[in-house]
Amino acid sequence: MKEGSYISQPNRTLRIYALLFMLFIYLPLFIIPVFSFNSGLYVKFPLESFTFDWYFALLDREPVFAALGNSVRVGLTVSILSTVIAVFAAKAIARNRLPGSGPILGVIMLPLVVPGIIFGVALLILMSRLGVPLSLYTVTLGHIVVCLPFAIATLLPRFEGFDLSMEEASADLGENGWFTFWRITFPIVAPGIVASLLMCFTISFDEFIMAFFLGGTNATLPMYIWGQLRFPTQFPSMLALSTLILAASFVFIFLGLWIGRIGMTTTTKGEMSK
Amino acid sequence: MNQQTEALISIQNVDKRFGTFQAIHDVSIDIQRGEFFSLLGASGCGKTTLLRMLAGFESVSAGRIMIDGQSMADVPPHHRPVNMVFQSYAIFPHLTVRDNIAYGLRKQRLPRLRRYEMVEEMLDLIKLPGYGTRRANELSGGQRQRVALARALIMRPKALLLDEPLGALDKQLREQMQLELRALQKSVGVTFVLVTHDQEEALTLSDKIAVMAAGRVLQIDTPAGLYENPANREVAGFIGNMNFFIGKVIKTGPVMADLQVEGLGHVQVETSVIRQPQNARVLLAMRPEKLTLSLDPPEGALNSVSGTLHTTAYLGGLRQFYVMIDGRADPVAVSTQNQRRAMPQDIEQGRKIWLSWHNDAFVVLENT
Repeated sequence: MKEGSYISQPNRTLRIYALLFMLFIYLPLFIIPVFSFNSGLYVKFPLESFTFDWYFALLDREPVFAALGNSVRVGLTVSILSTVIAVFAAKAIARNRLPGSGPILGVIMLPLVVPGIIFGVALLILMSRLGVPLSLYTVTLGHIVVCLPFAIATLLPRFEGFDLSMEEASADLGENGWFTFWRITFPIVAPGIVASLLMCFTISFDEFIMAFFLGGTNATLPMYIWGQLRFPTQFPSMLALSTLILAASFVFIFLGLWIGRIGMTTTTKGEMSK
Repeated sequence: MNQQTEALISIQNVDKRFGTFQAIHDVSIDIQRGEFFSLLGASGCGKTTLLRMLAGFESVSAGRIMIDGQSMADVPPHHRPVNMVFQSYAIFPHLTVRDNIAYGLRKQRLPRLRRYEMVEEMLDLIKLPGYGTRRANELSGGQRQRVALARALIMRPKALLLDEPLGALDKQLREQMQLELRALQKSVGVTFVLVTHDQEEALTLSDKIAVMAAGRVLQIDTPAGLYENPANREVAGFIGNMNFFIGKVIKTGPVMADLQVEGLGHVQVETSVIRQPQNARVLLAMRPEKLTLSLDPPEGALNSVSGTLHTTAYLGGLRQFYVMIDGRADPVAVSTQNQRRAMPQDIEQGRKIWLSWHNDAFVVLENT
């Protein structure tokens, strides 16, 4: 017998499985940065020489910066609005024992499983029925729908792990609801808020379908890439652009998860040290 | 106005219902100024609900609560002249000890230095000088408890409400904190209202105790009053150990009364402790330490009975003997102080022994 039971033993089959799993997910992604540094025009092995040319080529294009500006503006608006809405929703769900909070949560989380194209088409029909012209505002609206479940999923554990007596203690010490929120609730859930902002920004920044249906003539960055794919000569530059987006997304998501976790380990539940 | 004799906190015929469940039934309690008052009861008896009603976190379904002559009916928690120490302490995790303690001072608009001075005074009072800049998560359980006390006391409340404040501490620290809490209450002179399920804690700390069960108050009395003169079977059984005997009043004379008691036979008690008429069935209660145990027939004892030793239990400072006597199914508990280290360990089971007691050892209760 080896040390310990089979539960804690290393398992070779499982390791191989994990490795294959990671390869399956990340190998395709890996191709993008690799070929963005390749001097050849076509995505095919063997690689030719290493180059930064495709990246420099991006700098000369006016529309890239226009699309980037659009994406950033939409991303900021979406992340702020989604997070504000999610703070109130998460507080209400976690605190008020409202009847049917289970189904309510289900409805809020629904956009996670409804195909984006259906939401896109639905919103497009709604907008044209209402006579709302397609613009970055309609894209923003679509992105809020997509981001809300993520924002709530990020914030809900914070509010649920929050010792209610913190707020009661604040009231007991003479503060009204508003000051209790600013002096106690907000600082304690703040890491969750930052995590939600980063998460929503990233999702909005990368989102394509809603932007495609609701954007009209205003291209966000993913739409711009889509448009350029028609031109074979542009392809390496688009790989370079995708690589940049990929890197930025990784950084944002990592930061978001990290900040979210810091807060969780240090603040929740009035730690009873024993 | 007669401010001096009026109770600081007056709970008048208060009910509390949560939907169809009634948590508090017609409770009336007066708590005097400067008193250390405890609400004692098993978990679920409504004591914490009652405390939260005083703080304003629970509404009153019927009746009313007066604090310092003011009805609290429409006063929200943040306007009540009382402060609370929470069971979890609820120390704000994102603030330092100093900012925790000074939290409630915002509205007083004091200069920062004056605020810090007040915090330092409180830190001295709770014996944590120099801890002001510590963060909440650097404190031990006992230190958190002190900070929670300081944070409430700095508000100069008319009453301090404490919800099982020592429950999370280990036994040694708990006993030390009990002494400190008592000394603190005497030195600041603030009325304390303590919720606890620990009868020893309530007896040690309190001037007065309300024993609660199932949302009702069973008895309000001093610790000695509850222990020596319990009003009913529930209180007698809840506080400390108690032997119960069923008996019958035979004859009540001017000084002494005669009773017939199962297992003990003919027993005399003072007439003044009996409220029941002749021939009434009564319940007699006697504490284990009121019985004296002897290996030989006791000489000159007015009341005695013989029995056989059933089991013994060693409790450190005390030894408990369980004695079977004829005419009674349950053994009688007798406790003795272990005054000598070398005690006769080996009174063999089944040995014949004698129990004796004084006339005032019994409490006579309604047989319910």
